[in-house]
Amino acid sequence: MKILVPVKRVVDYNVKVRVKSDGSGVELANVKMSMNPFDEIAVEEALRLKEAGKATEVIAVSIGPAQASETLRTALAMGADRGILVKVDGVVEPLAVAKILKGVVGEEAPGLVILGKQAIDDDCNQTGQMLAALLGWPQGTFASKVVVEDGGVAVTREIDGGLQTVKLNGPAIVTTDLRLNEPRYASLPNIMKAKKKPIAEKTPADYGVDVAPRLTVLSTAEPAGRKAGVKVGSVAELVAKLKDEAGVI
Amino acid sequence: MATLLLAEHDNSALNGVTAKALSAAAALGGPVHILVAGQNAKGVADAAAKLSGVEKVLLADDALYAHRLAEPLAALIVALAPGYDAIVGPSTAVAKNVLPRVAALLDVMQVSDITKVVAPDTFERPIYAGNAIQTVKSSDAKKVITVRTASFGAIGEGGSATVEAIPAVADPGVSTFVEETIAASDRPELTAAKIIVSGGRALGSREKFAELIEPLADVLGAAVGASRAAVDAGYAPNDWQVGQTGKVVAPELYIALGISGAIQHLAGMKDSKVIVAVNKDEEAPIFQVADYGLVGDINTVIPELKAELAKAKG
Repeated sequence: MKILVPVKRVVDYNVKVRVKSDGSGVELANVKMSMNPFDEIAVEEALRLKEAGKATEVIAVSIGPAQASETLRTALAMGADRGILVKVDGVVEPLAVAKILKGVVGEEAPGLVILGKQAIDDDCNQTGQMLAALLGWPQGTFASKVVVEDGGVAVTREIDGGLQTVKLNGPAIVTTDLRLNEPRYASLPNIMKAKKKPIAEKTPADYGVDVAPRLTVLSTAEPAGRKAGVKVGSVAELVAKLKDEAGVI
Repeated sequence: MATLLLAEHDNSALNGVTAKALSAAAALGGPVHILVAGQNAKGVADAAAKLSGVEKVLLADDALYAHRLAEPLAALIVALAPGYDAIVGPSTAVAKNVLPRVAALLDVMQVSDITKVVAPDTFERPIYAGNAIQTVKSSDAKKVITVRTASFGAIGEGGSATVEAIPAVADPGVSTFVEETIAASDRPELTAAKIIVSGGRALGSREKFAELIEPLADVLGAAVGASRAAVDAGYAPNDWQVGQTGKVVAPELYIALGISGAIQHLAGMKDSKVIVAVNKDEEAPIFQVADYGLVGDINTVIPELKAELAKAKG
């Protein structure tokens, strides 16, 4: 079984993004970029399944600008076997990403596609579910445990109030939550080896997908600020303020 | 045309986030129908019918919807979709799971986690963990929307909509329910609570978390939250996590204890009305959003706070 892992190049999670002063978006120039953290968890899970003998090949795919090849190299350095870069500049919405991935799935015929549950830039939380819909496959979203079994996969999901386990038949989509695993760091020898692994280049047109956005961004603004309040000197003072000043207890 | 709102429930009770999502659904301008998909969920449908301004409640009562798996539920919603201009749900685990599936089947780009309805086709939504607010206009004929319920007030009761039973739609037959473990608790739910007591990494152990945070919450009748660090360390269960990728909350009072205040955590609670922070590091970023900050050791402050609060509440 092949496993396909889509990975997205996003602003590093440690960077505090700034809104551009003209409201046209956020400042991306000279900002550190990394692989979306949930996608690292997806790569790790795929690698563990391969190491456990449940998968034969792990293919990483990224949809984005030329620099997204760096994100693919990260996946290859972690241990993915090869990469596919679908080159496109500008914003590609989850629906268009899902359509492109459907095309990739058509060519590669993986038994499992593991994606991050959301990208930490647009916070959409859609792509995995959309890909499952377009393929007519079952989906195990927000996964905290993945067990490949005969004829399918059992996925334990983080839901409101607890955990839910579902059995998915045949090829399936899994999206990762934080507690699924702890991704490995790439070792230096593996980083060197990754440079020799193949990355195929494609375009959305190769899959017949129109990536024109459906959502027009009218503006991007700073959120309403919140000012720091006061420091209190004691618990008694705190409780008095909560009672008399804030009136919340 | 009308808006279809997906009700959040557990087959026995209507979850309060539904009434908040109803505010957003109503702001779209058309009549609102609520879909209750569940098993033995007539009581939920009756509760939904009482919400003010609801025109009709659709009840799909079938074993197929007992656990609201994405595949059969999406098939049901897609079958209903021709009658609606917009399909809306609260940003719960159920709706976040099923609505993007619905959107793709309808060839619609979903608008996730809206915080404001500017116009029936224009919405505000947070990006980058709430560090920027985007205003987006959808060009899709049909809208599929999830609602950040912390940003909307609840619609009250006063309605008397009709409840119409609708048949189940054929199961795509690709998924089956295995089991669910839902923690039973007498405390209010995180997303509905008026007060939240939240603990961080500084608690140091699961035992300390239980010994310090939970009794304080119970004095206040509060829900318990946690930072990602506390959840990752195993001090608190997954579904207590407040933050960018956990629950987004906006209670009247949020008490952050031993939480440093990473961007991702602030994203989940900075819309709270009053924020209290206790941390021994006076430079902790949590103090930049706190209305009342107390620099101190949580091990001594929390018991003292519990005693003072018990006294103040009489």
